[in-house]
Amino acid sequence: MPQTQAYEAPRTLADAVRLLSTDGHARPLAGGTDLLVQSRATQKLPSTFVDLKRIPELVGIEVGPDGLRLGAATSAAVICEHAEARRLWPGLVEAIGLLGSTQIQGRASVGGNLCNGSPAADTTCSLIVNRARGVIAGAKGERTVEVERFTTGPGRTVLEPGDLLVALVVPRPAARTADAYLRLIPRSEMDIAAAGAAASVTLDERGVCTAARVAIGAVAPTALLVPAAADALIGSRLDDAALRRAADAASAAARPIDDKRGTAVYRKTVVGVLTRRAAGIAAERARARP
Amino acid sequence: MTVHVRTTINAEPQEFLCEPGETLLEALRSRLGLTGTKEGCATGDCGACSVLLDGRLVPACLVLAAEVSGREVLTVEGVATGDTLHPVQQKFLEHAALQCGVCTPGFVVAAKALLDHNDDPTEEQVRYWLAGNLCRCTGYDKIVRAVLDAAADMRGVTV
Repeated sequence: MPQTQAYEAPRTLADAVRLLSTDGHARPLAGGTDLLVQSRATQKLPSTFVDLKRIPELVGIEVGPDGLRLGAATSAAVICEHAEARRLWPGLVEAIGLLGSTQIQGRASVGGNLCNGSPAADTTCSLIVNRARGVIAGAKGERTVEVERFTTGPGRTVLEPGDLLVALVVPRPAARTADAYLRLIPRSEMDIAAAGAAASVTLDERGVCTAARVAIGAVAPTALLVPAAADALIGSRLDDAALRRAADAASAAARPIDDKRGTAVYRKTVVGVLTRRAAGIAAERARARP
Repeated sequence: MTVHVRTTINAEPQEFLCEPGETLLEALRSRLGLTGTKEGCATGDCGACSVLLDGRLVPACLVLAAEVSGREVLTVEGVATGDTLHPVQQKFLEHAALQCGVCTPGFVVAAKALLDHNDDPTEEQVRYWLAGNLCRCTGYDKIVRAVLDAAADMRGVTV
């Protein structure tokens, strides 16, 4: 690889923010599965690699009474081994488990997946339906942003120069609430989604859906929260008719393009099917919860 | 800026100097003479450069050499114990689970990582675990058989 001028591994968040905000060509390094590949492909190397993995706030996973706090640079493999996270957010953890191969899982992070800004990012839809927020540190202090507002276009995010995504925080699910994520890829493993859908549903004691979130991926410039699909579920018992109405709403909201992974027409149809199935799986999981 | 790295590779302390943007793969092969780890795609897609970093399977092409300071790296050169091959290596030989051999070190390291925490994987688990290791020669079947046989060997079972 051509030369970069510096490698820094700050031990504190303040040091990382200072390094990133004083040098516009410095780039934060988590797993490197996007950054190093892109640097090599474009020959545009950062002036400094700022390795985030020695900063305590950036790595690790905590599940507490308020919910989940996921250090932005935590590797997918570490998250997938966390039994309590898997139990509470099965769809989110399954989505994280879909990131690349076993080797990539050892490096890739959810924060990196989000900051890379791919419309097909597997974890973004699941973060959105679980009301995740990104905690951002910058020269002007800390702020949080809902994940559905984080990505603004392919490869573009709300991050300003010098900003750093520190963590993702996800509220603890309410009673009888569960999520699911499904994607369609042209191969059986190791591929990028042609379409993806996540759903989270909350049921009352009688099995009626009282709250829902649906998000779709790879069918628009960013992952989309689809309130119309959620509205089709709320008030129903998540029967076939309600699931089909949600599917239609998701298809209607999709604005896909034609590319090598599928045509726009195909993706629009498939994202509806995935929405129906994901909502059905979330419903089954929610029914099984106290 | 040259980075001074102090690390542990295959249970031996190692020190080297590297460029800040240099990958672990480049440092292993060019600075340390550990050429068992192969470069395939250099973009994290093929698994030929698989190594363990603090026990975790990673592609060495997507790790900066500077990152391994104070950490432990295991390469294919460290898989055998002296002259005694690891069961995965022995079974690769017995099953002829290689042809050109470029992917083999990556498969051996990846399979060892699987068997380190699961010595009784199903065939499906083996295939999914190794999905990130590409082989253009064997068609994979002999590799999967060798890994399952190595697992049986490690459990003390004869297949």
